[in-house]
Amino acid sequence: MLIPQLINGLTQGSLYALIAIGFVIIFGTMNLVTFAHGEVYMAGAFVGAFAMTLWHLPWFVALVMGMAAAWVLGFLIEKVAFRPLRTAGHMPPLLITIGLSIILKDLAVVLFGAENRPVPSIYEQTVRLAGVQVSVLQLVILGLAGSLFLVLRLLIQGTKIGRAMRATAQDHEAAYAMGVNVNRVFSIAFALASCLGGAAGVMIGIYYNAVYPTMGGTAGLKGFAACIFGGLTSIPGAILGGIIIGVVENLTVQFLASGYRDVVAFLVMVIVLVLRPQGLLGRKLRTV
Amino acid sequence: MLELRGVCTRYGPVQVLWEVSLTVGEGELVCLLGGNASGKSTTMKTILGLVHPVRGEVLFRGRPIHRDTPAQVVRAGIAPVLESRRIFPQLTVYENLLMGAYTRTDGPGIRQDIEAVYERFPLLRERRGQLGGTLSGGEQQMLAIARALLARPRLLVMDEPSMGLSPLFVEKTFEVIQDLNRQGIAILLVEQNANMALAIAHRGYVLQTGRIVLADTAQNLVNHPMMRKAYLEL
Ligand SMILES: Nc1ncnc2c1ncn2[C@@H]1O[C@H](COP(=O)(O)OP(=O)(O)OP(=O)(O)O)[C@@H](O)[C@H]1O
Ligand SMILES: [Mg+2]
Repeated sequence: MLIPQLINGLTQGSLYALIAIGFVIIFGTMNLVTFAHGEVYMAGAFVGAFAMTLWHLPWFVALVMGMAAAWVLGFLIEKVAFRPLRTAGHMPPLLITIGLSIILKDLAVVLFGAENRPVPSIYEQTVRLAGVQVSVLQLVILGLAGSLFLVLRLLIQGTKIGRAMRATAQDHEAAYAMGVNVNRVFSIAFALASCLGGAAGVMIGIYYNAVYPTMGGTAGLKGFAACIFGGLTSIPGAILGGIIIGVVENLTVQFLASGYRDVVAFLVMVIVLVLRPQGLLGRKLRTV
Repeated sequence: MLELRGVCTRYGPVQVLWEVSLTVGEGELVCLLGGNASGKSTTMKTILGLVHPVRGEVLFRGRPIHRDTPAQVVRAGIAPVLESRRIFPQLTVYENLLMGAYTRTDGPGIRQDIEAVYERFPLLRERRGQLGGTLSGGEQQMLAIARALLARPRLLVMDEPSMGLSPLFVEKTFEVIQDLNRQGIAILLVEQNANMALAIAHRGYVLQTGRIVLADTAQNLVNHPMMRKAYLEL
């Protein structure tokens, strides 16, 4: 029973990781926390669900559409909520994102109704891998998350815009002086973070066969927790944090009771943070 | 080549520059001296487009640039060496150099220029894969200058390049500055180290609480009674 639960945890954790990376990108480049990230994830999930149920599109098209919608939403949020307040300190943008999160959630209730919306299953078959029965869907999700991590890494480490993002994160005034359009970097960072959240949303919808307006609440919290757990500014840390939370949750469900799921996950996190306040892979002195 | 005319700059309600006018000619090395908080860095930021003047104008090669973004200013041919170097600590030396060439799109030209700064600063070639933040202060200063050179500037604007360096590196930095100037790059050198700046500059300006109070050749400034009293350690 251990191996299947590990795989469940890994699958779930890789999706938390996608959400967590969004927090890292936004915090890393702009030094800001957004509380509307869970709702961007929810919006992506809904677009994906509609693409599959209303327009009968294949799941990967739904995925691309959900990611694109989240990209656009993130871009807009940065433009209307963050940019005008760039110099206003930390509190105003924080409050705005809390408001935005409530608005988006309520808007979803008004537009789509508060109840669960079913999402069709895909890849229901299982395969035997090294003597263990594994669901194909889980493999697809793991493969997808892995590919997104890889693409993101290539983007951030190997492209000009990625380099500009890192430079801006480290010293935005110096980057600006070198000729970087810092506003554009912030837009792209926010949109990119949102896009990954949207991908997680679509895949969660498919994984649990349902989307609903409040789904962003706990997911956003778990993603944020994973981001802090991993060290706030480290993408590998966020991935590790997400996976650990996912695995701990699933092992708790298996070996304790499903009611303890969130309690144990957050307990582990608190213990790690007490022992290692900078998070798993964070630096003591923040340089990114 | 560069001309500031009656520039007034403020940060919110606080006016810092009052009617600052100065020029830097083609191929000239001009220093801007002044005590702490006199507005040297603000003058530099105004030239670079990091802040915009409320009055007056900045002309570069005859064209007004005081409403331009830093990207446009760099493209026009002005590159910054910022106060306290401002190396990107988590980018490698090579990536820091690439950031200097950010506004350029001529790949082969950039590679050629990187090769050229490696020739000038062999240490940077050795350290090209190392993170900028792990270099010593003096090495970071060389990197900051090299990074600025990658913009292929006609004018370098340098803010206190000698600050916080050991005497040996100060010496070396001023040598490099003079060398670059001899190769035809005009330089506006902001310094508190008046002795050394005047030793290599053609002309100088002295800034006091946001106003230019002296403007003369380096030679005359060295002998000026007010300079000898206030800024030169003789
Ligand atoms: N971003 C800012 N906002 C508000 N005031 C500022 C800002 N930057 C500088 N100042 C003020 O403007 C004045 C001039 O500062 P500036 O940095 O131009 O001086 P400086 O001559 O470069 O000084 P130093 O030799 O210490 O570097 C100072 O009184 C400073 O407090
Ligand atoms: Mg200064």
